[in-house]
Amino acid sequence: MAYSDQVMDHYQNPRNVGKFDDNDDQIGTGMVGAPACGDVMRLQIKVNDDGIIEDAKFKTYGCGSAIASSSLLTEWVKGRSIDDAAQIKNTEIAEELALPPVKIHCSVLAEDAIKAAVEDYRKKLNDVD
Amino acid sequence: MKAPVYFDYAATTPVDPRVAQKMSECLMTEGNFGNPASRSHKFGWDAEEAVELARTQVADLLNCDPREVVWTSGATESDNLAIKGIALFYKGKGKHIVTSKIEHKAVLDTCRHLEREGFEVTYLEPGSDGLIRPEAVKAALREDTTLVSIMHVNNEIGVVNDIAAIGEVCRAAKVFYHVDAAQSAGKMPIDLAELKVDLMSLSGHKMYGPKGVGVLYVRRKPRVRLEAQMHGGGHERGMRSGTLATHQLVGMGEACRIAQEEMASEGSRTLALRERLWHGLNDMEEVYVNGDLNAHVPGIINISFNYVEGESLIMSLPEIAVSSGSACTSASLEPSYVLRALGMNDELAHSSLRFSVGRFTTEEDVDAAIAQVRTAVEKLRELSPLWDMYKDGIDLDSIEWAAH
Repeated sequence: MAYSDQVMDHYQNPRNVGKFDDNDDQIGTGMVGAPACGDVMRLQIKVNDDGIIEDAKFKTYGCGSAIASSSLLTEWVKGRSIDDAAQIKNTEIAEELALPPVKIHCSVLAEDAIKAAVEDYRKKLNDVD
Repeated sequence: MKAPVYFDYAATTPVDPRVAQKMSECLMTEGNFGNPASRSHKFGWDAEEAVELARTQVADLLNCDPREVVWTSGATESDNLAIKGIALFYKGKGKHIVTSKIEHKAVLDTCRHLEREGFEVTYLEPGSDGLIRPEAVKAALREDTTLVSIMHVNNEIGVVNDIAAIGEVCRAAKVFYHVDAAQSAGKMPIDLAELKVDLMSLSGHKMYGPKGVGVLYVRRKPRVRLEAQMHGGGHERGMRSGTLATHQLVGMGEACRIAQEEMASEGSRTLALRERLWHGLNDMEEVYVNGDLNAHVPGIINISFNYVEGESLIMSLPEIAVSSGSACTSASLEPSYVLRALGMNDELAHSSLRFSVGRFTTEEDVDAAIAQVRTAVEKLRELSPLWDMYKDGIDLDSIEWAAH
């Protein structure tokens, strides 16, 4: 079983590992996957008043490809608008990390995670309004 | 890159140098290269003598008659021959087989095949300790049961079934008993003069012999008959045709001889290594051993590191070679069927590693593994949202996870 250099890089030096305060209105949290399936991703975004993602953090329980997919995602979403970030496709992640077919679900999970985080943030925004 | 330290002796073992030496003497022009079935010249006679010596070495290890030893290509073929051979030969008597959910795939897949051919199979569940109880076997027997196949030592968790007691149950019911002993032969005493076992599968490469050779023990008294699965020249008393691979058989014979000679000392040395490994890890939080350690083969231990996923753990351990209970390493995403059969939840099954030590493992190897595993588990727990939740006192079972 060989991992691509990109996966190994993110796996060995994961970017933006950590946790924001869930209760902060600036924070959107997406938690996807299930322990029983062997993958759980928690992706959090910090959004400013202009709807731009200023910062992102993740923690992932899962295989190397799942960890790499979420690490890469935190890099990609930073500086993007939430609308833009929600458009990220799993195929882009899979391509960047050169994931083999059996690991495509890891990139799908990452796509789900950013969508869930954006949705959570929007929900908080609407509740405040 | 420096070669990783090998902790996967349950998958396969390196060939012992003494075995390799004997094998190499049976290959080339000046060596013992003849066809053991050639009856007309010295080349054939010498090869036959070597094969029969090897057969005796296997029989000595198992305390049986050499004529009860049938050479095969490995334990997978032995399992196939035993199960299909009995099922088909005795199908007029009945078409029911009893086995367990934690057998090796060579047994399970053979049983599945027979189910498609019209046989019925009962798959017994182990206890949470991983053991199959003789009472459970007894309760599963029917009028039309012809065969019970329950392994000696489980390859993933290392637990040892009471094959003596299961054998008594089978003999009393006049049902044949097959034992897959690939993980126990050469590592634990096996006395077929005492055991009520009718068929037993062995593998050369799990006991420091070569790959590609195995044995099926077939009892003579009371007589066990088989329908051959490989037809041809009628070798091995018609049970398994095919030219005998002298070098392979000689290798397996020598491996059995060494295993028997060194079993007591190697057994206690291996057990000490396994205990050293476990004591080096068991003070960590949320670390569990799988299977009953009181009924265990010395060399295998299966450990779950909760909240850490097995494949990523292996990825963090490039300097040691272990195997994962999580099948994420293969094409399927299901966790190990063996661990699930113990009633373990999927997260724990995904979080398990099998360490197996053997003849060439040293204390230094074990100490290095302990240090690396501890570092890797701590690193991955820092990355794990489940570990955060556990630390925050959140019950993971209380959360509705979206299965995917």
